[in-house]
Amino acid sequence: MSTREPRWLTLARHLLLLFFVAISVYPVLNVLSISLRPQNRLRSTDLAIIPADWTWSNYIQLFTTQPFLTWMGNSLLVSLAVTLLGVSLATIGGYSLSRYRFAGRKGFLLSVLVTQMFPATMLMLPLYLMIARLNLINSFFGLLIFYTATALPFCLWQMKGFYDTIPTALEEAARIDGCSRWSAFRNVTLPLAVPGIVITALFSFMTAWSEYLVAAQVLQDAELFTLPLGLKSFQATMSTQWGLYAAAALLVSIPAVLIFMFLCPYLVSGLTAGSVKE
Amino acid sequence: MASIDFVQLNKSYPNGFHAVRDLSLSIQDGEFVVLVGPSGCGKSTTLRMLAGLEEATGGEIQIAGRRVNELEPGERDLAMVFQNYALYPHMTVRDNLSFGLRMRRTPREEINRRVSEAAELLGLNELLERKPRQLSGGQRQRVAVGRAIVRQPQAFLFDEPLSNLDAKLRAHTRAELAQLHQRFRTTTVYVTHDQVEAMTLGERIVVMHQGQLQQADSPLEVYARPANRFVAGFIGSPAMNFLEGAINQAEFVATSIRYAFGLPPAKLPEQKKVTLGFRPEHLSLESSYPTIGQGRVTLVENIGSEMFVHFDLAGHALIGKFTTERRLKPGEVINLHLSPKHWHLFAADSSGTRLLSGQDIP
Repeated sequence: MSTREPRWLTLARHLLLLFFVAISVYPVLNVLSISLRPQNRLRSTDLAIIPADWTWSNYIQLFTTQPFLTWMGNSLLVSLAVTLLGVSLATIGGYSLSRYRFAGRKGFLLSVLVTQMFPATMLMLPLYLMIARLNLINSFFGLLIFYTATALPFCLWQMKGFYDTIPTALEEAARIDGCSRWSAFRNVTLPLAVPGIVITALFSFMTAWSEYLVAAQVLQDAELFTLPLGLKSFQATMSTQWGLYAAAALLVSIPAVLIFMFLCPYLVSGLTAGSVKE
Repeated sequence: MASIDFVQLNKSYPNGFHAVRDLSLSIQDGEFVVLVGPSGCGKSTTLRMLAGLEEATGGEIQIAGRRVNELEPGERDLAMVFQNYALYPHMTVRDNLSFGLRMRRTPREEINRRVSEAAELLGLNELLERKPRQLSGGQRQRVAVGRAIVRQPQAFLFDEPLSNLDAKLRAHTRAELAQLHQRFRTTTVYVTHDQVEAMTLGERIVVMHQGQLQQADSPLEVYARPANRFVAGFIGSPAMNFLEGAINQAEFVATSIRYAFGLPPAKLPEQKKVTLGFRPEHLSLESSYPTIGQGRVTLVENIGSEMFVHFDLAGHALIGKFTTERRLKPGEVINLHLSPKHWHLFAADSSGTRLLSGQDIP
């Protein structure tokens, strides 16, 4: 910026930003505070984030008396499987949608997009019936199919868009250099599509990691619960164990935060890809 | 190295666009052939069919006498330099150069030897460990050429390789490409829309228009004896002057313009409606040549070594090319003459076929 703005404007700008930061950070700090309080003290007039008599007891209880680790294992298993399946399908499917011109291509792309326009709650009943008739109640396989199906439309479009930004001349050069179509894809296009693949993977993972509605239909056995279901189970009809709930909620968000931090550099190049035409 | 033959080659698209029509052309082993024409004339499509990147919808492509229509691009043993270079962005210069050889499972020592030879030849030694994005446009172009050279293919294909370079670098690289060809004598097919590249590089130039071959000849022959009005207008800068008129007795007549051929009418073409064409350098102030009328100077473009003078001749716009010794000013009216050896007559129909040239008359 060549022209310097007046000091009061800078100050006002920062005050406004701080205000919004406070709004977004306060609930998280509140949850942290609740998780550190002994017993089940949800409503406290104490404003201290870390209470004077803070304790790890909620966290310890999570790992000892509650099946938290099992749930986390379940969630990781399902989310990683969805990511693997979703990325594999989107990487290949997006490529063919970007590179080949075949009958029904436009219609297919459009119909894939249309599936994204129905809210999940609207689909609950038909979904439950389908799951029941397919005998997929209480099975991770059922979850895997439904999560992949929900994440795939976005992933396909994302990968197709990313391939569109990679010049076809690169593959043509590779084919003249002696590659088959497949090895040109493997050796040239795929390595260049890594940022797009990372975003797609992240999206698939997050879709599965935080999903509640479908999981609530499919899984009924507490042994098979994923984290969102497990969390909800603390919210019993008679009394909610707020301390456990808060501690678990924080722990659940840690992997997501870590992944975002780790993948940040890819995210930036991935999200801006295609914005500038070469 | 090998000869290349196109036999009745055709390419049409499902939407009905006929990109290449009945193209037949034989390219000798070791020859440097330039395909030239305006954009959309089918020259790039022809090159891409030869490379195997597009399928021919009719006819045959032969390399060293063998039909290759059904072969994959990699099986045709050709190397291509693309307009945007198409260097692999995630590989170093060294890996870019060796990629084709690695794909063909060439022994490692052989790869290293060829890569260092090419790097030496093109002055890429310092750049071998860099990525393409760290190179200038000219350097990328060299890597693209190097990638073709290390392969030692049957033929080199160039698709407008100089169009992304600035004017000075383009002239320099053009000369280098000509030298490379003199050194390796590899069969080369070069596509360009730039007639200067075509004239200077090609041993033979193939002029295409609307998917059809117009003329395939040596550059000087194409310049001196263009097959038709399209070729005459396309090759040469500034473009050839054209006057549409008719033959009356032994004269060319267009509105108030008259030009006496000085020939018995029997030697002139039978057609009455014709187009008279002549190049700017053959428009003359020399009074010993037959006159074509009085022209008024409308614009003078002096480029130092010579000047282009625009005339208005009875409502027709003409351009002449003169040495800078003679001072001409806008508004001046002078007698214009045309050398009797340097005119062409073209048919006035859509083919525009050349009927007769002054130089053909003994």
